[in-house]
Amino acid sequence: MARAKPKNTGVVEKKLIGVADTVITAAERSKDPTLSIPVRSLANVNFNEKRGLIEMGRRKQERTFFNVAMAKKFMQTVLVADALAELQRANLTTSLREIYYRTKHTMKSSHENTFDGQNESDPLIEDLEVALAALREELHVRAENAGSVVGPLVLNDDGDRVDCARLGKGGYSVPSIVEPEYIAIQRCTADFVLLVEKGTQWNRLSEDKFWRRYNCVLLTGNGQPPRGVRRLARRLHQEYKLPVYVLVDNDPWGYYIYSVVKQGSINLAFESERMAIPKAKFIGLSSADPDRYGLPRNVGIKLNDKDVSRAKELLKYRWFQKKEWQDEVKRMLASGLKYELDALANKDFRFLTKTYLPRKLKEQDWLD
Amino acid sequence: MSTVTVSAVEMGARQREISVSEFFTKNRHLLGFDNPRKALLTCVKEAVDNALDASEEAGILPEVVVKVDVVSSDGAAPPPASQATRFRVTVIDYGPGIVRQQIPPIFAKLLYGSKFHRLRMSRGQQGIGISAAGMYAQLTTGKPVQIISRTGARAAAHYFEVSIDTKKNEPRIFENKKIEWESHRGTQVTLEIEGRYQKGRSSVDEYLEQVAIANPHVKLVYHAPDGEVREYPRTIQELPPQPREIKPHPYGIEFGVLLRMLHDTKSHSLAGFLAADFSRVSHPLAVEICKTAKLSPDARPRNIHGSAAEALFKAIQATKIMAPSSNCISPIGEKAILHGLYKQITGEFYTAVTRPPAVYRGNPFVIEAGLAYGKGPDQVAAPEAPAVPLAEGEQEKDDSELARVIRYANRVPLLYQQSACATFKAVLETAWRNYGIAQSRGALPAGPMVVFVHMASVWVPFTSESKEAIADYDEIRKEIRLALQECGRRLGVFLRRRERAKSEFRRRNIFELYIEEVVEACARLKGGKLPKERLKSQLHKIAAKRTGGARTDEILGRNTGPEGLPHSIIVTPDGTEGEAPALPGTPGDVAPPEEPTPSEPPKARTEKSDVRPVAKAKSVQTKAAKRKPKAAKRTAKTAGRSPKAARRKTR
Repeated sequence: MARAKPKNTGVVEKKLIGVADTVITAAERSKDPTLSIPVRSLANVNFNEKRGLIEMGRRKQERTFFNVAMAKKFMQTVLVADALAELQRANLTTSLREIYYRTKHTMKSSHENTFDGQNESDPLIEDLEVALAALREELHVRAENAGSVVGPLVLNDDGDRVDCARLGKGGYSVPSIVEPEYIAIQRCTADFVLLVEKGTQWNRLSEDKFWRRYNCVLLTGNGQPPRGVRRLARRLHQEYKLPVYVLVDNDPWGYYIYSVVKQGSINLAFESERMAIPKAKFIGLSSADPDRYGLPRNVGIKLNDKDVSRAKELLKYRWFQKKEWQDEVKRMLASGLKYELDALANKDFRFLTKTYLPRKLKEQDWLD
Repeated sequence: MSTVTVSAVEMGARQREISVSEFFTKNRHLLGFDNPRKALLTCVKEAVDNALDASEEAGILPEVVVKVDVVSSDGAAPPPASQATRFRVTVIDYGPGIVRQQIPPIFAKLLYGSKFHRLRMSRGQQGIGISAAGMYAQLTTGKPVQIISRTGARAAAHYFEVSIDTKKNEPRIFENKKIEWESHRGTQVTLEIEGRYQKGRSSVDEYLEQVAIANPHVKLVYHAPDGEVREYPRTIQELPPQPREIKPHPYGIEFGVLLRMLHDTKSHSLAGFLAADFSRVSHPLAVEICKTAKLSPDARPRNIHGSAAEALFKAIQATKIMAPSSNCISPIGEKAILHGLYKQITGEFYTAVTRPPAVYRGNPFVIEAGLAYGKGPDQVAAPEAPAVPLAEGEQEKDDSELARVIRYANRVPLLYQQSACATFKAVLETAWRNYGIAQSRGALPAGPMVVFVHMASVWVPFTSESKEAIADYDEIRKEIRLALQECGRRLGVFLRRRERAKSEFRRRNIFELYIEEVVEACARLKGGKLPKERLKSQLHKIAAKRTGGARTDEILGRNTGPEGLPHSIIVTPDGTEGEAPALPGTPGDVAPPEEPTPSEPPKARTEKSDVRPVAKAKSVQTKAAKRKPKAAKRTAKTAGRSPKAARRKTR
C-alpha cells in the first residue's frame, strides 16, 4: 500500500460512516435499512448533446436489507464501506483485490463466506462511488497501472521529476490516479495527443519516434483505456488545449473505445464530467480506410455474430446518431469484415508511421 | 487327398435322442450355474422359490429357514466361508409337504412340475429349477439330494436321497425311509454343492434381503455360512390373495398352439371349443369368429386344419376381444411394498404404486413400482464433518451415488443381467430430472435411492431359462414407465416440500448471519461507539417480523401429513408420517401420532446409521422399538422449537 497525500479526509470518511447511520436510524424506527444506489445501466444514462457527454440519470435502486435477494449484497456493501473507511483513517491507497481480501471472511457459526470472489466486491465499490458521490481516487482505491505514455511531457510524481521524452521506448506507466494532488504536469510542449488502442501499435510508434517527428504525446491503454489514461488525456486536453486523436481497430469494440474516450461510458457515467473529451477525434481505422489505403480484402477478418449484434447496438446509441457515424458503422456491416491496426503491416512494417498517420493528419481525415 | 467317406447308414447309427438332462448338464449356464458364486445363489433361490410357492398355494403363511454351511471336502477343519469351495444348502419350510410318490420326480426329473401347464401366477414356471440344482450338486460333489417331507402331524416323515439319471431324465433313489422329524409338516431339502460365498451385490444375502422386501408376509431366517443368523420378520399377517388359474387368451396364442388345442379339445363344435377353452370368449363371440373365418360354428374342431385353421387364426386376431381378466394375478400391493421397503431400507421417503392390469401378447400382467429415498433420519441428524470455509473456486462436495434398482418377477428378485432387463431400461428412460433427481444422460438417476420394480404375470417373458431379465415388450416397458413416473411425481412433491422447508430455514438463517456482520461493520464504522446489542436486537425484531415469525414453522410442514401422496411414508427425525407398519417388537397399543404426549422427554436417537441392509435380527428389533416412540414426540418438539435447534438441522 502506498501512502496517499493528506487531503480533505473527513468528508469521504463521513460519507462512509453515513452508511452505518442509515442502518442505525432504520433500526431505531423498525424500518428496513435501505441504501439507494443510482442505477448504472443504459436505461439510466442520458446523452447531453449540448455538452457531448453521457450523463447519469436520476433512477435509483433501493438496496434493502430484509429481502432475501438483496440481504447478502446489503451486508457486503456495509462491509466494503467499513473497509474503505479504514483506508481513509489510515490514509492508505489500495487495489480492488486487496479490498476483496480485506473484507472476505467466514461468517460466524457457518461455512459461508462473506465474499466468494472479487467479482462480488468490485461492483459494490462502484456502487458506493456513485451512491456517495465520491470518486474512486477519493476512496483511495486504485487499479492496475495499465497504460503507457511517451512524449514531450514532464510530470511530477511523488516529488520525482518524470520526463516522458527521456524514458526510452517503454515510456512512463500511467498510474490509475492522476489527479493534480498525485501527479502534477510541469511542462508539455506537444501539439496533440494520440491515444492508441493497442500496445503493439503504440510500441511501433514509440520505436519509430513518431512523437518526436510530429511533436505529440503518445498514449495507450492496452484495450479499453483505464481511468488513469483517460483522465491524463483529459487533463492534457483541458489544461494544455491539446486536440486528442484516437486510433483504434476497425471493429465495433474500437468504435466503442473511441466513444468512451469522447463521451464517457455507461457504467461510469457519473465520471464523464471528469473523464470525457467531447472534442476527441476518431482518426482510424475507419471502414473507409481499406479502400483508401489499398488494404487487400484478405487481411480482413469476418465479422462474427457477436460483432454484428454489437455493431447494431452501437447504431442505436444516441451518441452514434451523426450521419457520418451511421455511415461508418453501416459500411463495416456491409463489407462484413473488420480490420486490425496490425493489418497495416501487410503493406510495410512502418506503414503506420510513414504513410498512414502522416496522410491522415495532413488530410485531416477524421471523424468527429 | 484322402477323404473318409461316411455312409448314411453309419451316420444314422450315431444319431440318437438327447435327454433334457444331458442337454442341461452340458449347458448348465442356461439355468444359472455359470460360476460357483452364482450356482450357490441359484440353488438357494430355487429351493426358496419352491418353498414359498408351495406354502402360498396351500394357504399357509410361509416360514422358511435357509442354512448355508461350509463343508470340508477331505475331512479337515472347514475353511472360512470366504475361502470355502463346498457348501451344504438346507432349506426348510413349514408348508404342506409333499406326498411320498412325488418326491423323487420333483427333485430328480427335469421338466416335471405342476406349474408349466397352468396359466397362473407363481414363482416357478417350468419345473426345471430344483431338479437342475440337484443335478448341479450331483455333477460337482456327486452327492444326492436329501429330502425330508411330512404332510401332517399324523403322517410319517419320509427321508429320501435321490439323484438324477441324466441319460433317461429319471430319478434314481438311493435311500427311502421313514424317520422321526421334529416338524409336524413341511419339507426340508439339502444339497451339497461346489460354490463360492461372497457378500455384496448378487449374493445370497442380497437375494434373501430382497425376498423379504417383496414378501413381507414371509418369515425368513437365514443362517449365513459365516455363522451369522439373520431374521427377517413378518410384517403383514395375511397371505396375498390366491391367484386364480385362467384359460389362455385368444390373442396370446400362436398358430401351432391353436392347432394342438383344436386337436386336444373335448368340445364337439368349433364355437363350443372357442367358448370353452379360451378366456373372454362368449358363445355369441365364438359364433362371430367362426363367421369371420367363414367356418361353420358346428364344425368338428378336429377336422379343422390347414387353410381353415389359418383362417380361424386370422379371424381371432381380427375380432375385438376383451382383455383377459386379471384375477389370475396377485400383485404384492402398495401397502405390502411400502412395508417391505420400510422394513429393509432406511430412508426418509417411501412410496409404492400398483398399476392396473395390462396385457402383452394376451397375457395379463401387473406392474408395481416403489421408491425408497434418502439417507434415513439418523444419518441426516448425524453431526456433519466440521465445515471448512471454502476458498475461491472450491465447491461443496456432493455425493453422486447412483440409485439402486431392485427388480422382481412374480415376487422373485432378479439379480443378474440388470442392463438387459426391461425394468432397468424403463428406469433409465424415465426423466428423473423432472422430479428433482439428478440424472446424467443414459445413466441411472443419482441419489440415495432404491427403485423397486415388480412384474406379476401368469407368464413372465424372461430373456433366458435362468430367469434373470424380463424381455423388453413395449407394453411392459410402458407400464413400468408409468408406474415409475407416478413414484417420481410423489418423490418430487416430497423433495419440493422439503426444499421449501429448508429455504425457509435458510431465509431466517441468512438474516441471523448477516445481522451479525452488519452490526459489527457498523460498529467499526462508528469507531466502536455503538450499543451493538441494542442494534442487533432491533434488527432481529425486524427480521422476525419480515419472515413471518411463527408462520414459518407451519410452512415447514411439521404438522401436515403426506397429503396428496397416497401410499407413501415420510420419515423425519421427529417421526413417521403415513402408512408405516408397526414392526414386530413394538407394543401393539401405541398412541397414534396425533396424540400429544408432551411429558415424554425427547431423547437423541443413538441408533447406528449403518444398519442398512439390516445386519442382524437383533438390530431389527431395536430399530423397531425405537422407531415408535419418536412419532409421539413430534408435537412436543414442534411446540418448543428454538431457532437454534432448527438451524442445526439444516446445516
